[in-house]
Amino acid sequence: MPDDVVSVQDFQKVYGDIKAVDGISFTVQRGEIFGLLGPNGAGKTTTMESLEGLRQPSSGSLHVLGVDPSRQPKTLHNLIGVQLQSSSLPGSMTPREAMEFFCAYHKVSARLDILERLGLGDKLGAQYEPLSTGLQRRLALSLAVAHEPPLVLLDEPTAGLDVASRVELHEVMLELQAKGTTIILATHDMAEAEKMAGRVAILLKGKIAATGSPAQLTATGKGLVKISVSSEDSSLLKSSIFFPAVAQRAIKDEYAVYYSHDAGETVPAVLNYLKEQKDRLIDLRVERPSLEDRFLEITEPDHINGAEQ
Amino acid sequence: MTAFLNHFMYDFRKGLRDKSLLMLNYLFPLGFYVLMGLLMTGLNPTFAATMIPAMILVAMMASTLLGLPNPVVESREAGIYRSFKINGIPALSIVSIPIISSLVHIFLVSLIITLTAGPLFNAGIPVSWFYFALILVLTAFTMASMGMLIGVISPNSRSIVLFSQSIFLPSMILGGLMVPASMLPEGLYRVSLLLPTSYAMNAWRGLAFGLDASFNPLWALLILLSSGLIAFILSIYLFNWDSKNRQSRHSPWLGMLSLLPYVLGAILLTN
Repeated sequence: MPDDVVSVQDFQKVYGDIKAVDGISFTVQRGEIFGLLGPNGAGKTTTMESLEGLRQPSSGSLHVLGVDPSRQPKTLHNLIGVQLQSSSLPGSMTPREAMEFFCAYHKVSARLDILERLGLGDKLGAQYEPLSTGLQRRLALSLAVAHEPPLVLLDEPTAGLDVASRVELHEVMLELQAKGTTIILATHDMAEAEKMAGRVAILLKGKIAATGSPAQLTATGKGLVKISVSSEDSSLLKSSIFFPAVAQRAIKDEYAVYYSHDAGETVPAVLNYLKEQKDRLIDLRVERPSLEDRFLEITEPDHINGAEQ
Repeated sequence: MTAFLNHFMYDFRKGLRDKSLLMLNYLFPLGFYVLMGLLMTGLNPTFAATMIPAMILVAMMASTLLGLPNPVVESREAGIYRSFKINGIPALSIVSIPIISSLVHIFLVSLIITLTAGPLFNAGIPVSWFYFALILVLTAFTMASMGMLIGVISPNSRSIVLFSQSIFLPSMILGGLMVPASMLPEGLYRVSLLLPTSYAMNAWRGLAFGLDASFNPLWALLILLSSGLIAFILSIYLFNWDSKNRQSRHSPWLGMLSLLPYVLGAILLTN
């Protein structure tokens, strides 16, 4: 089998006059977690569903483990496991029935152990509809991986989940990756992408705006460091002074926020100013740019609310 | 085969587990049967002669025309069929399994009606059990295929009500269930021949119960079979996996073709 589990070349999907996806290309390698990021309407779900064989590309080529999803759907079914963003099961179906049902069509034995692993052991006989969102998501993930596919596509798998469920699903994804499963993860959650994905592609208006590892992406941004300062008399909030190396300034809650090219120059100047004003420092935070900052930089160049240049 | 059986067993259980399906498959037809048995046999003594097939037809229509389409539209809207497609579940299974499980529900209700209507309401008993069973299977298949077709071509629940009731209500009144079609005025008799129940009742009267038939009952069998096969094939042909991403470019109005045998029957059998 080729090392590129997924290969997308000049993929375009057009709906009437609207180009939902405009000639994107990327590859996903065996055993990696690849993140597809982008705002609503960027083309993530269209790309995912085309890889799953649910939509036909308007032009370009898509290959999943050497299979063309739109032409060889029967071969594709056993190679991929999918957790759709918007899908459901019959309301009266129980997790046990769902597992037996889908495994029978994949011609494998029902994997009740996976349901146990994902915390559905005591819900095997419960109907799907009354299950909580978290349990429904866990069931969807269980069904996606039950036939041990080499590629799993997850579309917003942790949306609407509580923190504990999210952490647990992340652990399951890492377990799958450790077993050699390749995962494509479409998500809005930048922290999730930064934590889980080895590489990401940021989609914007149907095109890939940036691609690389989260570390590479954050490094290739403007590289502004975020400095947040809160003081007793709020002298920084009342003042419009610009400190050395500061590119942008904003006010967030009780904090004056500075986006600086060089924290080493800015921080001492801020502290000196507070001393001069006889104002007492309450809190000072220096943060490196996150994937979310980089994402906002790409998708919304004027993202910093209330920012002054 | 395991997958097909597994799918069938789930679908059959769903027909008992789901409250609205339980109502349409069992509670409504059996309740209606008891009510009609108590009321109609007193009001109209001729009703008892064909009470068994008439009540079986009510059960069929409730289970198929009223019960089958809604889960199809709901499953499409909820994205259930998308999950099915990704997991390799063929359209043939999605269309045929609910039809088969409806047939089983219909047979169970028919068995209850057939076994109890004689002792309880002095209903007429078939003189040919072979034809009785044959017409039952054929009519149930045709009704179930039409119910599935309504689900496949309906974009939403409102359309289901329109399509289903446009067959169900006239069938109850004109379809030969309460009053023999031969007693209808000429104009209404022609209209009644647009309804599958008229053909089923005619076939049952002539072939299974030894009563007068309005026209050759073998024609009725042929028309029912033609309509059922057309509806079944169209259900697969027009099936859509996804309400948001319609891949079938065929007009849902093609579904009207399943009524063509009845139109021909209404034209040819009254001249």
